[in-house]
Amino acid sequence: MSQLICISILFALGYFVGGGRNRMHLRSLDKREAELKRLTATTGICIPGHANLSESTLVHGGVVISVDYFKRVIGLFHTIIGGRVRSYESLMSRGRREAIIRMKESALSQGADAVINVRIETTRMANGRGDKQTAGIEVLAYGTAVRTA
Amino acid sequence: MLISNIETIPGRDVQEILGLVSGSTVRAKHIGRDIMAGLKNIVGGELQGYTELLQEARSEALARMETEARALNADAIVNVRFSTSSVAQGAAELFAYGTAVRLA
Repeated sequence: MSQLICISILFALGYFVGGGRNRMHLRSLDKREAELKRLTATTGICIPGHANLSESTLVHGGVVISVDYFKRVIGLFHTIIGGRVRSYESLMSRGRREAIIRMKESALSQGADAVINVRIETTRMANGRGDKQTAGIEVLAYGTAVRTA
Repeated sequence: MLISNIETIPGRDVQEILGLVSGSTVRAKHIGRDIMAGLKNIVGGELQGYTELLQEARSEALARMETEARALNADAIVNVRFSTSSVAQGAAELFAYGTAVRLA
């Protein structure tokens, strides 16, 4: 019985607190992405219209992010019935967007105008101690920051 | 030291390739951070303890790679790649590698 109460508390915490934090994060992502729009990021190695690139430095941004208890249970349920797992989709996209933003912020703080050859890497972090649950995912975005002038 | 993850340094010419340089570090999370992350896992969101740990470790790996390149009298490191692998339970290796070059 006490276990059931514990689980429902975790469930409610995940749903309300986690959901709220999720929406807050999405809002902050939208805002910061709009601010960083003027900084070009590309997976290629040249920027059309700018032949002279200079002052290259490696920049990277990373984040470790996890889903809440509610979404984890929903995700678990999905692994039984199959299909699209929306709760994890949003986790991955939030992680990637955050990592790219941090990389761009780091480029901007070094006075760069663009980031070329951007690569994105994702690693699953194990909880350790032998269990199969994830502690979250780590997303790393890196590229070469350059000046286009 | 100029570092880039493309084959050249934009605006400069590579004169000579000096060889492969790499830097790595193995880090483990300590139990306090583990417990905090476990609690954070309930509500989801960013696990700041881990983010910091990995960023710190990655900067360390980059710094070690730079030291190696400096020992070769290199001006720049091109084609840098990152890789992460877990070597043991609760420990991860962060690895950075690239090519040290002398610029014209």
